[in-house]
Amino acid sequence: MVDKPKQDNEEAPKGSTAFLHVGSSPHLSNSRLTTQRMMIDVLIGLLPILVFAIVIFRWFAILQLGICTVSCIAFEALFSAWRGKPSPLWDMSATVTGVILGLSMPWSAPWYIGVIASGVAIGIGKIVYGGLGQNIFNPAMVGRAFVMISFPAAMGAAAYLDPDGTLKIVTQATPMSVARSSATPLWPLFLGTVNGSLGEVSTLAALIGGGYLCVRRSASYEIPVGILGTIFILGGIQNLLNPDSTFTVLHHLFGGPTMFGAFFIATDPVTSPVTRRGKWIYGVSIGLIIMLIRVFSGYPEGTMFAVLLMNGVVPLINRWAIPIPVGGPVPVRAQ
Amino acid sequence: METIGSLILIAIGAALINNFVLHYFVGICPFIGVSRRVDMAFGMGCAVTFVISIAAFLSWTFTYFILRAGAPVTSWIWHVLRPDSELVPDLSILNYIVYIFVIASSVQLVEMYVRKFFPALYKSFGVFLPLITTNCAILFACLEIMKHVSGASDPSQVWGLDKALVLAIFGGLGFTLAIVMMAGIREELDQCDVPKALRGPAITLITAGILALAFLGFSGVDRGLAALFQ
Repeated sequence: MVDKPKQDNEEAPKGSTAFLHVGSSPHLSNSRLTTQRMMIDVLIGLLPILVFAIVIFRWFAILQLGICTVSCIAFEALFSAWRGKPSPLWDMSATVTGVILGLSMPWSAPWYIGVIASGVAIGIGKIVYGGLGQNIFNPAMVGRAFVMISFPAAMGAAAYLDPDGTLKIVTQATPMSVARSSATPLWPLFLGTVNGSLGEVSTLAALIGGGYLCVRRSASYEIPVGILGTIFILGGIQNLLNPDSTFTVLHHLFGGPTMFGAFFIATDPVTSPVTRRGKWIYGVSIGLIIMLIRVFSGYPEGTMFAVLLMNGVVPLINRWAIPIPVGGPVPVRAQ
Repeated sequence: METIGSLILIAIGAALINNFVLHYFVGICPFIGVSRRVDMAFGMGCAVTFVISIAAFLSWTFTYFILRAGAPVTSWIWHVLRPDSELVPDLSILNYIVYIFVIASSVQLVEMYVRKFFPALYKSFGVFLPLITTNCAILFACLEIMKHVSGASDPSQVWGLDKALVLAIFGGLGFTLAIVMMAGIREELDQCDVPKALRGPAITLITAGILALAFLGFSGVDRGLAALFQ
């Protein structure tokens, strides 16, 4: 049996063998800190967003989330079997990818877009690089970027579900694309009763879930704080320059997937920097790129592109943002 | 203001929005070949930036003064030879040959310089240093400049030397950015369990594709910035 050594290890009573572990980092102080626990934490953090999405979009949300999650899990099983590896479904990472992917899709996207996005996310985003923990780019965002470029028309939410349950096939653009021309009230934007992708509508839910993740330290607080702080400062400057504009700094923070992206997408521990200084650099750069794309480019929203772009820079950040060891910098020997 | 604005637009366009590697997909061969280590990639980026600037300077000079239709030097010679001729001399047919000549000689210059002063870098570049000669990114920059010098229908739209040089230098910087990013990723990929069939150039091309997706986010930024400068 292949799994035998692992099972032996698990069956050994904990604490009965007292010996000093000497190994390379990471030095885990807590044996319960597993991938599975972190992934379940992320799922718990996503719960408020899921609840809001289902309350607002009803069974359309369930359908879209179901398609993405099921196809992500299926693709993970398929590709793992293809590579002759034991199926890693138990670590829940494919489920998290599927849920995040589903939340980043508009509910009106046809079913095959969800399936294609899941296939690209798991196949090209993850398995090609060797599976969990080795991917360079956030898998869910690779999948979403792929379908965003391939099916741009279907990726804009083209209809809106009224609070009384009737389906309004009015082409109401998402707040981020409509806001440049007309005013959007802030309170619905904060609560989430507006149009958009499933997960991006409610700022409140993202704040609750993201706060949980940061408290549990499954996500590092530096990244969302860096992103949101940069957007706040730049948006504030823009707001001060154009005091008459109906698109205030709060619209920047509450509108679009800013909160969702900052707390759930950018903080993926695999594709974000390791050191604290690196995380600040990463977060602030994502905020800068988001604002650059939002204010100047043709796309209404830039969180996905910003995260993907910075994922590509993470190896360099890891290389340059090495923390100073305890006791001060290592003195450079004079030549 | 407007001149500086248009220069900034050309710079950002060449470095980020229409990145030579990740938008036009030119210069892929050093991008794949020399992106194994970050320091080597940076050296290659600098070499390409240098060659591209020299080539842009020379090709702009040749195109503007000699090659394009009604170029001053050619017209003057033609006027001396045939004072009564009504024809406007046009040597655009020679563009490609002149550019190839210019690029090859500037690569030779770089090769001699690197060989003399950075022998280690020269060794690690190997065949890719002379291969800059066939690097399509440089020819692409020359052709882009040609398009705006001899291809411009309106005489006020003809690019000056400043615009040509900004395009070349920032295009080279964009190339450096892309190749250094890719080298960082590839150093990380050394530790990854990439399927055997995809190791090396294949995974690099896939990664470049994903990076190109990410760079697509910048599309349209130039139009937004242009509105800012007016």
